[in-house]
Amino acid sequence: MVNIIWIIFIICGIIFGFVTNNMTVVNNTIMESATKSLDMIIKIFPVLALWMGLMNIASKSKLLDKLSKLLSPILTKLFPEIPKNHESLSLIASNIIANMFGLGSAATPFGLKAMESLQKLNKKKDTATRSMITFLVINTSGVTIVPTTIISMRLMHGSNEPTKIVLACLISTVCSTIGGIIVDRFLARRYKN
Amino acid sequence: MVLIIIIYGVKNGLNVYETFLEGATSSFSMITTLFPTFLAMMLGVNLLIDSGFLTFLLSFFKPLFMLLNIPTDILPLAAIRPISGTATLALLNNIYTKYGTDSTTGLLASVMQGATDTTLYVITLYFGSVGIRKIRYSLFAGLCADLIGIIASIIVVKCLF
Repeated sequence: MVNIIWIIFIICGIIFGFVTNNMTVVNNTIMESATKSLDMIIKIFPVLALWMGLMNIASKSKLLDKLSKLLSPILTKLFPEIPKNHESLSLIASNIIANMFGLGSAATPFGLKAMESLQKLNKKKDTATRSMITFLVINTSGVTIVPTTIISMRLMHGSNEPTKIVLACLISTVCSTIGGIIVDRFLARRYKN
Repeated sequence: MVLIIIIYGVKNGLNVYETFLEGATSSFSMITTLFPTFLAMMLGVNLLIDSGFLTFLLSFFKPLFMLLNIPTDILPLAAIRPISGTATLALLNNIYTKYGTDSTTGLLASVMQGATDTTLYVITLYFGSVGIRKIRYSLFAGLCADLIGIIASIIVVKCLF
């Protein structure tokens, strides 16, 4: 799947660049992509290290377990395959909570840890499980209570009411999360048969 | 949040410092698996955007947006949102400078940004970190969620503001 998309992206990009006589741009892009991805890794690395450290404290002090208990009634319904009290549930809960408060940089390490722990339950190591996909859908459509990035960007651009969009964001993300879960359930059933 | 975590750790009699170091160390191995996936994704996405192919594709959708009375400048934002976070932020910046943050377009862009996520990035990041190659229907499901978010944000903004 990713393979096909990747091939399409690259071939379309290069051919289109060729047709529209934009080859210099294409050549630059190919070279720059490598540098840009390293930049991204360098940006994400310190945050990851910091939060992985903090997360280790949170998980060993049983703070994560406490959080996950709050969400466990919903989570057990959404992830029927995960055994009760499995560590991945508390990690998923923390990821969702961090996302809710717009702490994207904190949410990612939780999410990666959750994925790692879901992978332990996975029998076919190269194939995504149903739980993993449900988790991804919840994560990408995640309910946001405080969209920190957007508020700060609006503030930066001199908005009078940077928080004006909070309610609208909340309604929209609730819609997309519910919609996403429905689509996910539907597809999961279809793929089984 | 940081304070809560630390205090809770101390309360539970943990060696907070050691535990922190242990966790931070484990990020190294994660980064090394992530880099190749990132590189591949950046290459694909940037080629698609920089070559102008995406803009070309989008020009077909413009009439539809005009018909529905939705600002067409929002279109690239909606299309690029699932595939590139940095590109979206750049576009959002442009919209804010061009229309102002509190114009209809500015508000719609803000809500849309908040309601969706960089699905492709999340998929590469999360699946890449544990070495999953067969992602099955996840991309489709994620994009559906984004689409629902985009449609919802358009409706919500029309109703609320």
